[in-house]
Amino acid sequence: MTAVAENTEVGRARLRKEDARLLTGRTRWTDNIAVPGMLHMAILRSPHAHARINSVDVSAAAAAPNVVAAFCGKDVAETQGVLACAWPVTEDIVMPTYLPLAVTEVRHVGEPVAVVVARDRASAVDALQLIEVDYDPLPVVLDIEAALAEGSPLVHEDKGTNKCYTWVFDSAAAGSGGDVAGVVADAEITIKRRYVQQRLIPSFMEPRSVIVEPAAGEGGSWTVYSATQIPHILRFLLAATTGTPEHKIRVIAPDVGGGFGGKLAVTPEEWIAFAAANRVGRPVKYTETRSEAMVSAHHGRDVIQDLTLYAKRDGTVTGLDVKLLANMGAYLGIVTPGVPLLGAFMYNGIYKFPAYRFECTGVFTTTTKTDAYRGAGRPEATYAIERIMDELAAEVGIDPMEVRRRNWIRHEEFPFGTVAGLTYDSGNYEAATDKAMQLLGYDELRAEQAARRESNDPKQLGIGISTYTEMCGLAPSRVLGALRYGAGGWESASVRVLPTGKVEVVTGSSPHGQGHVTSWSQIVADQLGVPFDDVEVLHGDTRTSHKGLDTYGSRSLAVGGIALVMASQKVREKARVIAAHMLECSPDDVEFADGAFRVKGSPEASKTIADCALAVFAAHNLPDGVEPTLDSEATFDPEGFSFPHGTHLCAIEVDTETGEVAIRQYVCVDDVGRVVNPLIVEGQVHGGVAQGIAQALYEEAVYDAEGNLLTSSFADYTLPSSADLPDIVSDRTETPATSNPLGVKGVGEAGTIAATPAVVNAIVDALRPFGVIDVQMPCTPERVWRALKEVIA
Amino acid sequence: MIPAAFDYIRPSTVEDAVNALADAGEEGKVLAGGQSLLPVLRLRLAAPALLVDLGGLSQLRGIREDGDMLVIGAMTTHAELAASSVPLLAQVAATVGDRQVRHRGTLGGSLSHADPAGDLPTAAVALDAQMVLAGPHGRRTVAASDFFVDLFTTALAPDELLIEVRVPKLQGWQTHYTKVGRTAQAWATVAVAAAVRRENGSIAQARVALTNMGPTPVRASAVEQALAGVAVDGDAIAAAAAHAAEGTAPASDTTASAEYRSHLAKVLTRRALLAAVGR
Repeated sequence: MTAVAENTEVGRARLRKEDARLLTGRTRWTDNIAVPGMLHMAILRSPHAHARINSVDVSAAAAAPNVVAAFCGKDVAETQGVLACAWPVTEDIVMPTYLPLAVTEVRHVGEPVAVVVARDRASAVDALQLIEVDYDPLPVVLDIEAALAEGSPLVHEDKGTNKCYTWVFDSAAAGSGGDVAGVVADAEITIKRRYVQQRLIPSFMEPRSVIVEPAAGEGGSWTVYSATQIPHILRFLLAATTGTPEHKIRVIAPDVGGGFGGKLAVTPEEWIAFAAANRVGRPVKYTETRSEAMVSAHHGRDVIQDLTLYAKRDGTVTGLDVKLLANMGAYLGIVTPGVPLLGAFMYNGIYKFPAYRFECTGVFTTTTKTDAYRGAGRPEATYAIERIMDELAAEVGIDPMEVRRRNWIRHEEFPFGTVAGLTYDSGNYEAATDKAMQLLGYDELRAEQAARRESNDPKQLGIGISTYTEMCGLAPSRVLGALRYGAGGWESASVRVLPTGKVEVVTGSSPHGQGHVTSWSQIVADQLGVPFDDVEVLHGDTRTSHKGLDTYGSRSLAVGGIALVMASQKVREKARVIAAHMLECSPDDVEFADGAFRVKGSPEASKTIADCALAVFAAHNLPDGVEPTLDSEATFDPEGFSFPHGTHLCAIEVDTETGEVAIRQYVCVDDVGRVVNPLIVEGQVHGGVAQGIAQALYEEAVYDAEGNLLTSSFADYTLPSSADLPDIVSDRTETPATSNPLGVKGVGEAGTIAATPAVVNAIVDALRPFGVIDVQMPCTPERVWRALKEVIA
Repeated sequence: MIPAAFDYIRPSTVEDAVNALADAGEEGKVLAGGQSLLPVLRLRLAAPALLVDLGGLSQLRGIREDGDMLVIGAMTTHAELAASSVPLLAQVAATVGDRQVRHRGTLGGSLSHADPAGDLPTAAVALDAQMVLAGPHGRRTVAASDFFVDLFTTALAPDELLIEVRVPKLQGWQTHYTKVGRTAQAWATVAVAAAVRRENGSIAQARVALTNMGPTPVRASAVEQALAGVAVDGDAIAAAAAHAAEGTAPASDTTASAEYRSHLAKVLTRRALLAAVGR
């Protein structure tokens, strides 16, 4: 495959094609869609974290005004299907049965128990109050460590354990490094730290919504509209678990208002709506409330991390041991067990560690399930390693940036095989770091910090560093297979040139706010030499885009974008044959430049893609054996991951009296490889940083002792707004990826991965002279105040 | 998030509103700006049979002078108050919620809701505001300190409306409001309203009121007493502020513990007083 020949569009800060429609409210959210004859569904959810269901009486609800049907799990036990987990990470993993509607037992607050279908939504919600459920409460299991203790109550009695799995990576066994056990004795410095990744709620803007149109009679087909990140996977799993023929299911993801991984899910609500529509024989819509989303859509993070870092006195790391306890929640979502594995390969970060061992144990609790949330495993890994590198610097007594320099992979050492078994194809940590330090004014801030320490200023200054890398471009299918993931990692694209020379592009990567339509138009415009506005991008409907693996893990551009380049090049090569025929020469004598084919050496005669498209349409004079189409399809399966990296720095003022923290400066220099659209990249960085700061300072899902989610509305779940966030100075270095022909890496999660440790490192840096070495996230004013109080007292 | 069914009226006079409330008895609820009531209805924490919308009572909107008092209509929005020059209340109103809340929410609504984390009740208590209530049997005036009875509970009878708030012009006073909250739009974890009148370099009189240090806004009487007659001086103010948590009963919740709230009350009282006197 040849690299991109010329770039007039790629690299240009195009305004997004999507925005005029999105910003003026002319959107097609699932909840905006009305299908003729459509009914509305409401779901009764468990008020108990763990209980046996003795009986459910829906008779009064079924008789309520405007109600068409009311039913419970027992009524659809045979037909509702099950929810699948696609990632059984070990052979002996414990996989509980996950029913959409609970039948005999509920295992978290918010689990669906019964359903009302009515002619309008208000009547459905009113009738829920008439359903009577007799529960026998069972013991709750909330704490991950307690859940593993002998004699703990069990989340799934039939499994006999709360342990889901233990997955191990050892660099000695893998052949990618030494044995950690072997470095313990010689370690001059040993640092042990426990970090806790609090539970987070992926707060997508649009709540989840689904409409199911059931088959109208024998041989009919189903149409499912869903606010999902994964329409193709949804279709496959609906077919696989409900027995509905796949070719009879059409899934449409219309405009989808964000996901952050929260819509990388096949949900109980989708399955229940499917069952309800089949039961009543009419289209059924379900749109959740925000509070339902918060108790029922999967959560993120919730991991206890125990790290031991071994090093020499000069700050050179000799080994890293990582032990995780990961809270699965009550059930396994589509990739729940695999999320920590996505981090397993990243705990070594940008560094050259000789030996590495990783062990993760997944644990069931009577809480909402966890699953992918922006970064999925990599934020946790990056947080832990970037925090403990600061501890190493403090122990050695050198600047935290210097300790990183002493350990990181130098730019001339790429490609570099890491201790975790990955090959980092490219990178330049020195360049990004130098630029970031200049933008921040690192040395001046260190001087100011010293002065404030000297004068006992009640507002102390901290400087936080995060030199991160992450892996994008999920994923080489063989690697996923080796990790026991149930699907591949390829992506598909097709390109069709219409008779007038306009271009329709179909992508299997289904966006939910990323701006695919714009970026894809830019790529195709360059590849085919057509105007940006002449490209239409179609997505999110399995009838037009029959093949795809959807959008998550910063994969769209690094995988789907390459498929698009491949499909475009196929079209171009076919057009070259047609153009040569029209120009009466051999295809080998034709060159493509500035949007046209010309005979080498006689540039006056030319044929554009549009000329070729019209010739194909007429088909009067095509070369022998050439089909009259100018269409193509390509599927790209990457051979390796891509590795964005960068340096994020922040300066934070900590009010030592109140514990309040204020981010004074935030600087990030990201290297996401070749940039297709700088505006979109900037937007992703800003949003990502905001979410990373939010984990550091604001967000936390909190359960009470009975397993009730206390933070089940935005009044209690502290989501920051723009008023709480700093100005973000973002810049870039551009070291192209060598793992794909576009040189792109991925940017969807970088900000989130990088920002959290930068912020917490800054807080701890400010307070280190007092003896503070950790503040539990989110670093609320009270927690900062307590951290200080404990060491001063 | 769909409220239970209710009846709705939008009267154009205070009398009609009060009579409608009297007829509804315990089943009636007053809708002002709706910023607290609508979430309660949507979560079905309350299911009143009748909503009496005061949106049509334009006579309750605006600020006028009456001698040495300022009279603020109960339907005056936070945004209007923030743009005014009413002492203390203007600054406090500017910190309420977010922009959307400030343009819908009203002074009367906030005071009548009596959220212990609300900012405006504290300001009313600090200012010794007088609350004018209208009921089916006429009007009565209640002092702010008597108006706030308990958590979300005021001196208002079910058939009474808060129609206006009278506050002194406070000429010669300096005021300041300081708060700590989890986010810019969050309720106060703790906040402090301070008003100081100086004479000849000393504090002649001080009023200090605390937000979220108990079920109702409270005056920090011990601080006020300690400040009377002392020099305008950082150490003296700090010493007085150390009494801020005395007699308070703050809650422990997901936002903060009572211990931290008590600590904040002292720090923020000192800071509010220093800011008020320009230190």
